[in-house]
Amino acid sequence: MADNTVNLTIDDKAVVAPKGMNLIEAAKLVGIEIPHYCYHPKLCIAGNCRMCLVDVGMPKLGADRKPEIGSDGKMVVMFGPKLVIGCNTTVADGMVVLTKSPKVVKAREGVMEFLLINHPLDCPICDQAGECRLQEFSVDYGKAESRFVEEKVHKPKKTALNAKITLDDERCILCSRCIRFMRDVAGQDCLGFIQRGSHSTLTCYLGNEPKTNYDLNIVDICPVGALTSNDFRFQQRVWFLKQTKSICPNCATGCNTVIWSREDVVYRQTPRDNNDVNQCWMCDYGRINYKFINDPHRLTTPSVKSATLGQRVNLTWPEAIRQVVDKLRAAKRDSLAVIGSARATTEELYLLKKFSPSFAAYIPRVGTGDNFLLNTDRNPNAAGAMLTGFSSDYSVIADGIADGKIKTLIVLGEDAIVPELLAKLELLIVLDILPGKTTEAAHYILPGVTFAEKSGTFINAKNRIQRLNPAIPPLVGTKPEHLILSALLAELGGKRYATIQEVFADMTRDVPALAGLNLSKIGDSGVEVKS
Amino acid sequence: MLVQRPKLTFWERLYLPQVLQGLWQTLSHIPRKKFTRQYPEEKPPLYGKYRGAPELVRDPDGRVKCVACQLCEFVCPPKAIRVVPGFRKEGASDASVEKEPSDFIINMNRCIFCGFCEEVCPEEAIFLLRDFSVSGYSREEMQFHKDKLLELGGVREDKIQKWKNK
Ligand code: SF4
Ligand code: SF4
Ligand code: SF4
Ligand code: SF4
Ligand code: FES
Repeated sequence: MADNTVNLTIDDKAVVAPKGMNLIEAAKLVGIEIPHYCYHPKLCIAGNCRMCLVDVGMPKLGADRKPEIGSDGKMVVMFGPKLVIGCNTTVADGMVVLTKSPKVVKAREGVMEFLLINHPLDCPICDQAGECRLQEFSVDYGKAESRFVEEKVHKPKKTALNAKITLDDERCILCSRCIRFMRDVAGQDCLGFIQRGSHSTLTCYLGNEPKTNYDLNIVDICPVGALTSNDFRFQQRVWFLKQTKSICPNCATGCNTVIWSREDVVYRQTPRDNNDVNQCWMCDYGRINYKFINDPHRLTTPSVKSATLGQRVNLTWPEAIRQVVDKLRAAKRDSLAVIGSARATTEELYLLKKFSPSFAAYIPRVGTGDNFLLNTDRNPNAAGAMLTGFSSDYSVIADGIADGKIKTLIVLGEDAIVPELLAKLELLIVLDILPGKTTEAAHYILPGVTFAEKSGTFINAKNRIQRLNPAIPPLVGTKPEHLILSALLAELGGKRYATIQEVFADMTRDVPALAGLNLSKIGDSGVEVKS
Repeated sequence: MLVQRPKLTFWERLYLPQVLQGLWQTLSHIPRKKFTRQYPEEKPPLYGKYRGAPELVRDPDGRVKCVACQLCEFVCPPKAIRVVPGFRKEGASDASVEKEPSDFIINMNRCIFCGFCEEVCPEEAIFLLRDFSVSGYSREEMQFHKDKLLELGGVREDKIQKWKNK
């Protein structure tokens, strides 16, 4: 037995827990939930909600310092006179913990009754309903009817904490998670309680409302509906939303996320736990930047710029593929260049690179970063682009077009080359999701899909390869880019890939850094690739 | 499988007595009391607990009671309800309720008049009232929207006005 672990018993289950772990986490190891509100694994311990009270005892030792055995043949356990809070009690050798004893249940019922005394029971209009800890534990430990006959305490409702968050103080259970997050994680000490007792009210210091790029995380960690996101406010009930594990496509950190969608609409993104990437947070910039998925201006049909008609003509997919292939066959390979977006998946970039042995570039995208999550590199997959043979120096392509060396260009989801240069091209094929200057100049537009509609991988700034999953079906009329590219390649005499797995398998063969991987090995939390 | 044809007796094979028996049945009904109702001119009487089409009601102050909690949408077995959540008007007398459906659609083609929506509603905003013959010339017409549902539902006299003093 390594000496950094201890043995204890929780509800008759033997637990081996690392030293220093608290009882809530230790119970989690054996699948026992100790209800709690104020404790959060990534925040300091406040111990103020008292929901996590448990019965803790130690074996009674006889004169020989050995545990005494009672007449029933069991160890005699000396329980403390009072319950202790599980969040701030660390495991100890031989400890016996009861999480469901009558005393514990009674205590929880008491805590719940106090919490509900002044609670407004706004559930029908509260966005938290369905994922509310207060609702959940009310079902377990609440009473059907309140014994409270006096007037409830009223506090400010529907107040704007800042532009992103609405605060309803009546719903707040004073757990202080949000205060601790803003102070310790986001680094802006701005929230606090005023008044006393049941009049305690969460508020921000005057003129010091949350102003960081991480504010919306307090909406996630608020166990009740006191803090709600304005972006998601009254949009949809959470129980209708399908959760899909995904990756934030807005910077090179690649925060693990969950996309919440119903039918064809994405309603919100929330962070997903991954201690190697984003712990359990994400930045507001990335969280809110998903609106383009359901943008009404999305490109929804392949089209060709007709020279004779002087306007754009819509095509069916088979017709578009046929025409593009004919044009590509006629084009000279060494005058063909590709621009791949580093917002595209590694698989798409790998396929795109096959079109042009000589010129392949991606467009770097830089913004201000911070030293927490947000990266200065705003491309989610620059590492993937480099691994698949794209260079960040796209001026080579611009120069090539300018002096006539490049006559054919395939652009995947970028809008960076100036229209004057694009006009010089003999053939411009653009795969994109929204109209822009490049699609305007394009001879052929092949509409692709957003990150929420496709499978694939991103490789983040720390060389971790992570997986995207389709949350919603591709918009009618569009096709995932890897299917478009592989259809073109197949017609040009290459291999026809039916699934993303097949593309990935070939990619691992050609890109040494990815050797031995497959999509299921990458799993939900990603793996580091050799750089 | 082989089905044995029943052997008919002589009496049965005569055929005519059975015809006459049937005719007698018919004739004997002619002088009796009539049960036929001239629907739709003549409506049937509806009893107290009758459950017709689900409709939205207003409270005595004329306020839309529904707060777009979408529980009825969730519980509805044939998925006949679609709620589009929205906001109460800022500054209106019922602004403290915060939420209200911006549209509320019941597909009356689908509704099976089960009453689950009425049972689940935490705001007592939807009731199965006494309209039982919902009909239309197109599927589109059978989508009852918020305004129509509120008009059909009318005002409900009740004492609990939970949001009044919020
Ligand atoms: S915080 Fe929870 S219990 Fe309170 S109103 Fe919202 S959903 Fe209901
Ligand atoms: S607003 Fe939410 S997180 Fe903050 S103290 Fe209240 S209940 Fe806790
Ligand atoms: S009565 Fe039943 S079927 Fe009709 S809308 Fe209500 S829940 Fe749905
Ligand atoms: S009718 Fe009732 S159950 Fe349905 S959304 Fe409105 S308040 Fe909720
Ligand atoms: S979780 Fe332990 S006191 Fe709140």
